[in-house]
Formats: sequence, structure tokens, C-alpha cells
Amino acid sequence: MGKRNRIYLLIYAQIVFDIPLLLRNNYHLMVLNVAALNIIVVIGLNLLMGYAGQISLGHAAFFGLGAYLSAVLTTTYGFPVWPALILAFVVTGAVAYAIGIPTLKLEGHYLVMATLGFNVIVYIVMIQLDAVTGGPSGFAGIPHLRMGGFVFNSERKIYYLFWAISILVLLLSLNLITSRVGRAMAALSHNEIAAKCAGVDTEKYKLNIFVISAILASLAGSLYAHYITFISPGTFSFFYSLQVVTMVLVGGMGSLWGSIFGTVLLTLLPELLHAVKDYNVLIQGVILTGVLVFFPEGLFPGILEAWRKRRVAAQQETAPTAKAP
Amino acid sequence: MSQEDALSLNGPILETRGLTLRFGGLEALNGLSISVESHRIVSMIGPNGAGKTTLLNAITGVNLPDDGDILFRGQSILGLKPFQITALGVNRTFQQTQLFSNMTVLGNVMVGMHPRTRSGFLGGTFHLPGERREEKQIRKRAEALLERFGLLPRAEWRASHISIAEQKRLEIARAMAGEPAILLLDEPAAGLNIRETEVMGDLILRLKGDGQTVILVEHNMHLVMGISDWVIVLHHGSKIGEGRPEDVQKDNRVVEAYLGT
Amino acid sequence: MSFTLQLFQFFVSGLTTGSTYALIAIGFSIIHNATGIVNFAQGEFVMLGGMFMVTFHSVLKVPLVGAFFLAVFCVAIIGVLLERGPIRHARSKEILVLVMITVGASIIIKGLSMIFWGKNPMTLPPFSGETPLLFMGAAVMPQSIWIFGITIFVVTALHYFFQRTVTGKAMRAVAASRRSAALTGIPVDRMIFLSFTLSGALGAVAGIILTPITTTSYDVGAMLALKGFSAAILGGYGSMPGAVVGGLLLGVLESLGAGLISSEYKDALAFLILLVVLFLRPSGILGRGRLRRV
Repeated sequence: MGKRNRIYLLIYAQIVFDIPLLLRNNYHLMVLNVAALNIIVVIGLNLLMGYAGQISLGHAAFFGLGAYLSAVLTTTYGFPVWPALILAFVVTGAVAYAIGIPTLKLEGHYLVMATLGFNVIVYIVMIQLDAVTGGPSGFAGIPHLRMGGFVFNSERKIYYLFWAISILVLLLSLNLITSRVGRAMAALSHNEIAAKCAGVDTEKYKLNIFVISAILASLAGSLYAHYITFISPGTFSFFYSLQVVTMVLVGGMGSLWGSIFGTVLLTLLPELLHAVKDYNVLIQGVILTGVLVFFPEGLFPGILEAWRKRRVAAQQETAPTAKAP
Repeated sequence: MSQEDALSLNGPILETRGLTLRFGGLEALNGLSISVESHRIVSMIGPNGAGKTTLLNAITGVNLPDDGDILFRGQSILGLKPFQITALGVNRTFQQTQLFSNMTVLGNVMVGMHPRTRSGFLGGTFHLPGERREEKQIRKRAEALLERFGLLPRAEWRASHISIAEQKRLEIARAMAGEPAILLLDEPAAGLNIRETEVMGDLILRLKGDGQTVILVEHNMHLVMGISDWVIVLHHGSKIGEGRPEDVQKDNRVVEAYLGT
Repeated sequence: MSFTLQLFQFFVSGLTTGSTYALIAIGFSIIHNATGIVNFAQGEFVMLGGMFMVTFHSVLKVPLVGAFFLAVFCVAIIGVLLERGPIRHARSKEILVLVMITVGASIIIKGLSMIFWGKNPMTLPPFSGETPLLFMGAAVMPQSIWIFGITIFVVTALHYFFQRTVTGKAMRAVAASRRSAALTGIPVDRMIFLSFTLSGALGAVAGIILTPITTTSYDVGAMLALKGFSAAILGGYGSMPGAVVGGLLLGVLESLGAGLISSEYKDALAFLILLVVLFLRPSGILGRGRLRRV
């Protein structure tokens, strides 16, 4: 993954695992736990948006499929938790494969609408298939995650599990984007025709990344279900799809570290603005629109770029007779 | 006879037969039949709109012809996808360089090696030993290629930050990274000054010397006549003449086509 | 009630909602033709039409006709603000970014509406009373007649506008080729401005005539946008007759589906149709086939 990424990863992991030693408040830990799950979804989505160059407004559906499949398998049919989780993401992956084939052939904005349509269909099914899903009032009694006798039933325990998984996903994704496949995908997102003519099977890669991003969303959804132990369709509406897309855009498409920044920022923000909950939707819209209008490359890359320019300008000021770089 | 002649006896390395392609109401290629022998530099010339780039697009699978056939080493490649045709051994450059502008110079060439390498999602994600080995090889070979094209000092530069002449060479280097049997160059001298064009001409001759078959689309007559083994003249999507450079220059129909437009 | 009568009932109610889908679809087409983008905020224009109408007519007691024009005017202004604001100032002109900006804008509008009007659904009294009229044995709401009438009027007016007036023809020129239009001296910017104004007004009209039947609230925009988009795609994206055919067809299919198969999954039908059309025949019913691309 490159020396620099390795160093960042070590520092990042260190910080992540130190936080629970400093943070005692369960509520804060809960917010961070949700952030960890969001990071898993967002990394997958960033691979799709930043590398395969496709925007999906339907990832809440994959998140929800993971949640409901795992919940129903364990609660209604008594499956053990981890196999249920794996089966859930295998099924979700298959669904993603099936709709990916026709969807990825569509042009940009048609693809957006198709994924949105898919999200709404899944959402409606979640509500209407109430015999299985519990309908609008939700599905309760989902068992906790466990390993042997050890049950993950506290915020602190969940924190270590979720963040370990999230760091692992980050690590594997960093490996992927610095590999031959990652290069092929970067090429495909920059210039699809040139990539095709250079020998990249763009259709296969787009589909694979779509499926991977769906599997990651499903994984996060299942973990969510076994964490909160109660799920309802409202969580999986296209509003969540928009939220995760915004997180990718704020962090910068193609930048995994930026995604961490964007996700943590936008997961924390609604909590900080809890007092003005009614303004949540408005603020969400303002952030999304603002980032798209002023920082289409991403807020995180925009900040980095501004900081870099400042440094260059400062250097030039202190050495006015030096040659321009 | 020489080894080269023996190889050519096996038939042309590339052929089109009655190739027709229409855009809207316009016939960009009109029953075009050409044949290219291996280990030669074959140039396509003709006024703008003659169908030269369209022909390259058809050969590389970017546009599907409406009629006719394309044969590579005797096998039809009609209907194959671009990446499949590249894997078979046909690589190209573009009229306006289509580099991966945000990637490094080295990165661009490494992408070019894609069809000759194998590690996939599993190897990449888990950094398996086979993948690690292949990555080392990819890097070494890419650096060697950059050196051959005089681009090694620029290896870590962003592709969009190098000069036009260097960008043109980089695109060729990227195409060569795919180890093609045929190299299709679309106006490699466009935007270059006289000295840079000479360097480009030498480069193409060196490639031929290493055994490469080159199909060259060019407007720069000096370059074309200077390095080509064979020249094919297109006009309105059909072939109106072909032959050795010195013969084509004297052909009346060719002169008329150029003066008439 | 006999089966034929039931069918007729479904048909009529389908045409009613279908008319509004048609108006929404036309709104999509106008902006798409002028700018190439899908304006996701179209659904919010519809919602706002209803909301403004409620405020002007029910709350401020402005008479019906006056409130109608006021509401349409207000939404047209919002359309202008969208175009002059985020769209005009966007640093990147890529179509996908602009489409996502309209998504963002639709969220902003939704958020503001939630603050301003609250979360409760709002309704308007039907324009001429609630007594159903009997037509061939079936009960038809007078509001439906209004909807048909107004839709026919609007579509005819738009047809005249695009075919006979200079401005309308100029807009069609921009839709066909922006560069050529600019070269012949057509003020492209102004045409784009006009397209947003027109689409805003159209959305408002759709919202106003529909509200007495379906009520409105701050979050109906997204569904309406998607359904309108489905209708536009179904009929052939970018063409006005296509939008009308698509809208009416979608409305009828939805109504028949709800009545004959299942009313719970009614909303899903529109999106299923959307996916099917996009996957199988993206050019829609009236659209031309697309160029083969490798």
C-alpha cells in the first residue's frame, strides 16, 4: 500500500484504539460506533464513485438488505449470528450483481435514477412485507453479536469490534487501490475509452466494484442490526443513501482518507446540532449543495489544497528573491 | 530469404474487407479494403474527414462497423470489445492524447501493462505473494520502458505536467507496455515542432527496427514520406491509392484529392 | 358494481393522477432539453405549488384564481433562484455534478418547507365542490374534470408556445444544439433561465390541481419527482408528446395495478416500470433508438 499509507494507518489505528481510554461517555461511544459502520459503507461507496466513476443513490437498500436478512435469519430462523451475516452479504452481493449488469450500462444520470428507484422499491418492500419484516413498526429482538461466550452487548465492546473491522476494511481497500486492479480502476475513472483501449475490461471492473460496495454496505447493515437489536424501514430510506454519498463527496471521490474525514464529520455533525434537530434536513441539503458547488473535488482535498497554497505563498514571502517554483 | 520475408509470407497481419461505417447519415468508411504486412511502417494519409481515425476506431473496437470485416492474423476481430482486441495484440494512441492525467507518468505505463499481467481482486486486496512478485516485475519493466522512451526522469511527475512531446511519447510507451503486435499511431506528430517531429520519426523507426509493425495516421508529409514502407491514401472513406511513398507522391488522384479539398 | 364499471373507475382515476405525472414529466423535459440535466428538484416544485396555494388561499384567504397565479409565480421564482444560484455558480459544469446539485437543492427546499410549514399534511378544498358527477354510471370527482381541463389547456398552450412563438422556437433550437443556437444569436443563457421558470410554473400547476385529491406535505417531492421521471422515461425522454403519453400511461397502470393486483405496492410499480424501461428500452415508447455504442 505504500510507505506513507502504512504510516498513516498505524497512527490512525493508534488514535482509534486510544479513544475509549479517554472517552467515558456511552453516548459518545455510540456515535463513534455508528461512525465506524458508516465508514465501512462509505469506503465501499467511494471505491464505486471515485474509482469506477458511478454514483449510486441506492446504497441504503444494500445496507437495509444486510440488516433485515441477518435479522430475520437469526431471530426468525435461529441461525447463528456470524454465518447469518455472511449469508446476508452473499445474497446482497448476488442482488447487486443482478441489478448491476443492466444498471451500469446506463449513462450517468440515468444510473442515479435507477439506483434511486431500486432503493425506493426495496424500501416499499420492507414496509409492505410486514409478515417477514415487521412492517413500519420495525423488527425487534435481534440477538447481539458474540464470539464463543463473549457477547458484544456494551458500547465499549462494540467500539473495539466495529473499529477493528472498519480499520481492516480500510487496510484491504488501501491494498486494492494500490494494486494492479486499483490502477486499472483509477484509469477507468479518469478516461474510460483510453482504459478500454489500454486493455482494461471496464464492464467487469465496474460490476465487481459495485458488488463489493454492496457487500460492504450489507456487512455494515448486519452489524448495525445486531448492535441496535431493533431495525425499522425508516433507517433505510434514500435519505441515508444521500447521506453516505455526501460523506464521499465531502471527503473527495477517490480519497479513502478523505472518506474517513467526511464520514466522521458528517456523523458527528447532526449529533452536535441535536438542539436544532428540525434543521437537520436543511443542513444536510446545504452541505451537499455547498460541497458540490464550491468543492466538487471534495471538501477535504479542497482544504488540503488551500493549506498547500498557503504554505507555498508563505515560502515565497520569506524568500522574495528566490526563483519561483 | 530473410526471416522477415518468411514471416510476411504467412499473410498480412491486418486486413479490412469492405469495411463500411455510417455516422448519422454520413458514410465515414465506405467499403474500405486494406491490407497491412507485418514489420512494416504503413501510413494512412488523406484529407480531413477521409476516415482515418474512424478506421482506427473500427479496428480497435471502439465503433462497430455496419458492414465488412476486420482480420487480425487471419482471424476476424469484428465485434470484439476494445480490451479483447488489445489483449490480442493491437494497441493505439489517440489524435488528442488520452493520458490518465492525474496519474504519474510511471502509473500510466503500468496501466498499459494490464493485459500482460494477471493479479486480480483477491491478490490485490490481500497482497498475496504472487501479487507482490508481479508488482515488482511491473515496476521494473515499466521503468525500463520509460528509460527506452527517455521519460525516466519524469517517472513521478503527473502526466498532465509534462511537455506535449513527452506526452506523445508517453502515450506510445503506454501502448508499447501492452506488448502489441501492431501499434496504431494517430497523428503522433501533431503539435510538435520540427526537431520534436524528427525525434518522433527516429523513435518510430527504432520501434520498427525492434520488429514492431506500425500503422501511422499522419498529416505531416515529410514524416510520412521519410519513414514509411508503404502508404495508403484515403478519401471519403475509400482507398484511392496506395504504394511506396515515392510512387504515391506522383499519383494524380492523390494530388487531386489534396488540392481539391 | 360491474367489473367494466370498476375498470372505468380505475381508468378515470388513473388518468387524473396521470395528468399530473404528465405535467411533471413535461417539466423534466423542458429543463433537460435546454440544459441536458435531470432536475431532481422538479418534485419539490410540485410540492411547493400545493403548499403555497394552501398558504395563499386557505390561510390568507386570497380568492382561488388570484391564489393560483400567486402560487405559480412564487414557485417560478424558486426555479429561477435554483438556476441563478447553485447551478450558475457551480465550479464544475459536469452534468452529473449539476444533477447532484439539483438533488441537494431539493433537500434544501424540503428542509425549508419542513421548517416553514411543519410536518403535517395539508389539503385544499376541491375547486368546485365534492359532489361526484355521474358519468356513464361511474362517479367522477369534479376535481378530476378540473385536472383534465387544466392539463389539456396547459399542454395546448405549451404546444402553441413551442411551435408558433419566436421564444418557443428559440428554446427548441437550444435543445437541438446549443452551439448552433448561440451562433445564430439566440441568448442561450436567457433560454436556460426561461426553462427553469417554465418548469417551476408547470410543477406548481401540477401540485395545485393535485392537492385537493391527494393532500400535500413537505416530503412528497421526492416520490413525485421519481414518478414524473418514470413517466418521462416511459414516454420517451425529452419529448413533450412522450411526456404526456408516459404520464397518462403511468397513471393508468398504477391505478389498475392498485385496483386489480395490490394497493400496497402501488408506489413500487412506478419504479419497477422505471427500471424495466431503463434496462430494456431507454428511449421509451415514443423515443428514437439510441446510437449503438461499444
